[in-house]
Amino acid sequence: MNDIAPLAVPPEQADAPRPKITARNINVHYGEKHALKDVSVDVPEKGVMAFIGPSGCGKSTFLRCINRMNDTIPICRVTGDLRMDGRDIYEPGLDPVLLRARVGMVFQKPNPFPKSIYENVAYGPRLHGLAGDKTEIDEIVVSALKKASLFEEVKDRLKDSGTSLSGGQQQRLCIARAIAVRPQVILMDEPCSALDPIATAKIEELIDELRTNFTIVIVTHSMQQAARVSQRTAFFHLGKLIEDGVTDQIFMNPRHELTRNYITGRFG
Amino acid sequence: MTDTALAPPMTRSAGVDFDSTEARELLKRRYRAEARFKALGLLAVLVTAAFLAFLLVDILRKGIPSFFEHRATLTVNFDAALIDPKGTRDPADLREGDYQALVRAALQSQFPEAQDRRTRRALDGMISSGAVDDLRQAVLANPGLIGQSRVMPLLFSSDADLFLRQRDTLITRRTGSGPLRVEGESNAVTLRGGGAAFRAALAESKTFLAERRRALLAELATLPAAGSNAGVDTKRTELEQAAASIQARIADANAPETLTDREPSLLVAIGDGILKITEIGANEAKATTLIAPKPGSIITEWSLLTLRVPETNRRVNDNVSAWLEILAQRGLTERAFNARFFQNGDSREPELAGIRGALIGSALTLMVTLLLCVPIGVAAAIYLEEFAPKNRFTDLLEVNINNLAAVPSIVFGLLGLAVFLNAFDLPRSAPLVGGLVLALLVLPTIIIASRAALKAVPPSIKEAALGVGASHQQAVFHHVLPLAMPGIMTGTIIGMAHALGETAPLLMIGMVAFIVDIPGAITEAATVLPVQIFLWSDLPELAFQSRTAGAIIVLLGFLLVMNAAAVILRRMFERRW
Ligand SMILES: Nc1ncnc2c1ncn2[C@@H]1O[C@H](COP(=O)(O)OP(=O)(O)OP(=O)(O)O)[C@@H](O)[C@H]1O
Ligand SMILES: [Mg+2]
Repeated sequence: MNDIAPLAVPPEQADAPRPKITARNINVHYGEKHALKDVSVDVPEKGVMAFIGPSGCGKSTFLRCINRMNDTIPICRVTGDLRMDGRDIYEPGLDPVLLRARVGMVFQKPNPFPKSIYENVAYGPRLHGLAGDKTEIDEIVVSALKKASLFEEVKDRLKDSGTSLSGGQQQRLCIARAIAVRPQVILMDEPCSALDPIATAKIEELIDELRTNFTIVIVTHSMQQAARVSQRTAFFHLGKLIEDGVTDQIFMNPRHELTRNYITGRFG
Repeated sequence: MTDTALAPPMTRSAGVDFDSTEARELLKRRYRAEARFKALGLLAVLVTAAFLAFLLVDILRKGIPSFFEHRATLTVNFDAALIDPKGTRDPADLREGDYQALVRAALQSQFPEAQDRRTRRALDGMISSGAVDDLRQAVLANPGLIGQSRVMPLLFSSDADLFLRQRDTLITRRTGSGPLRVEGESNAVTLRGGGAAFRAALAESKTFLAERRRALLAELATLPAAGSNAGVDTKRTELEQAAASIQARIADANAPETLTDREPSLLVAIGDGILKITEIGANEAKATTLIAPKPGSIITEWSLLTLRVPETNRRVNDNVSAWLEILAQRGLTERAFNARFFQNGDSREPELAGIRGALIGSALTLMVTLLLCVPIGVAAAIYLEEFAPKNRFTDLLEVNINNLAAVPSIVFGLLGLAVFLNAFDLPRSAPLVGGLVLALLVLPTIIIASRAALKAVPPSIKEAALGVGASHQQAVFHHVLPLAMPGIMTGTIIGMAHALGETAPLLMIGMVAFIVDIPGAITEAATVLPVQIFLWSDLPELAFQSRTAGAIIVLLGFLLVMNAAAVILRRMFERRW
């Protein structure tokens, strides 16, 4: 697909490090529909974990459990134990709004606000009172745009509308918007599915840079992408977590027949 | 895997053959359908445009005259003895002065021959009572006028105004040919013109007779058959005799004609005077004097005026016509912009009636409606669309709001009458109550439009906001609402335009009363533009017809201004991004 070499996994991260997120027996129902069945998985800190699996298997559903985005769907019911840094995400005292400041999200289709590039990035920090005055916000905006490797391209047109950017730039703007709130975890739901190979390559590079500071969970349909950017991979099938482990192992030597078939493209 | 969507659609195994007759036929049919649709669409647009153009042209043609008025520019002597008999110059005394007498004197100086009371009353009747008020205002504003003579514009009465516009009767002027010998005076003047000076005029009155005969024959034809009824038979013979006698008069082209007030009037303008012909022959005419010309027996310059409508059917008699004609001839009449139309409230006198009261009434009413409707409507829409739980109750609410939008407006008027006037005892005819009623009427429209606008905002924007940690309410107010704002404003403006044109419910709460004063507050009695139009259109006076059309123009203008404001506001909101 493109000429980026698979990123090698550093040996010290090969074995599961301290988990950032631990999920135990997560079940999700959309009304009658049982979308996730007894999912238990650990997401390691400071690294990239990829969720793969056929369409409709519940990857997005699980991702949206992590920042409680499913709360906005009235018919959705989540049970089980989901913890971040050992703290129950679903405990009654925890406001999902604060959780989402810690767990940022990047969506499948770039969705910048129809406001200026600057306002797009500044919105989150202002909302959470992360900056006292204008100069501080300016700093946050610039550093977020730099981290999202977008700054050089837009530094002269921060007042332009976010929607005037190209698709790939828009997606990087969305990543900058998520980074600006200084989250610990960034969830990405097929962030490159609407992008061309070059824009995809840029985002993948970016993800690789970001993993030193953030815990990243990415849903992807591209096996190559999962292999390139992630250190760990989890394979979902019909609402069940079939297996998870170090990416190399999942791709080279899957334990499960279903995983092998999926990876080798024998079913879709 | 996921690329199945890209597979070509399954057609016949061979696919589409470009050159087959079938494919061509299909293509041709498709193009024909397209062309047909285009033609129909164009036709629909043209028909609509034609109707609209007709409506606009008609209203403008009828209404524009109401924006102008006719005035006599007469020299008024502000006689201290009449307007300030005590000599105090105190405004209270000045207000009491006899300004009517000033007008009377100004007219009298123009037409000194009008002496007997009836004639003088007719002369005074040419000028509107508004002119008297104007003089009073002028003196109150500038007491220095007292004792001076000034040329003042004096508003004509509506009848005189109609005459000057030639709406009362068509007037044709013909320059007289050849010298005219004038003999006798006052009521028995004989005019002798050589070379058949009056032939054309005589022929004209014969044509009029022919018309009348045709009318008689037409009436005859509608009568039932002879012998059925004695009454009908006498009527028939009467009509037949009348037609026969007219026929005899027509037959002899040179026989003189007697002109009564049932035939078109013929006036002879001689220099500064006007005579009215009572009997006309080809070379000779008998006349009475309306305004005495300068003495002299042989006149070379004269003209003949025909007033098409017989005197009995006119609002302005020959006497007044003559005065108006002479005033115009002396250059003492003017046509000017009718500022009064925009400054006055309603009036029984057409020339004084204005739409200021209704305009302010409409503005106040709409203000009440807007202030109530927009916050309540938009809040309700946001709640229902974004926050309300989906259950039986909210479903019921939604259905009822949709139904409410279809309730006839008169029902809202009855509701307003029962609730606001009878139960709450709010003042009758007030813009406050009108605004409340219209708010009820418009709320469903605004709620439905606002909900549609909110629904049209892509959910990804809300998700983005939630994703960076905005609360639900923040996401709605920071992102969804601003994006929905143009749509909400369109809905609001549609609702307001609807409210502006609404008449029926306002009739129920008494805004139909005859109100002269211009309302100053939302609790004062007022009327609104559409109701004013309704009221005026119902009046018999011809002069009110043009007022009605004028008021319609103002209403349309109001609407245009409102829509323009909405468009500008929309632009402002949209440019933020
Ligand atoms: N809002 C919803 N209401 C009802 N059912 C839903 C909803 N969202 C997802 N589902 C169901 O839950 C199941 C899992 O959906 P999910 O979106 O998590 O799949 P996915 O793995 O992300 O698929 P894809 O790769 O196509 O995005 C699907 O069967 C879907 O029909
Ligand atoms: Mg998905």
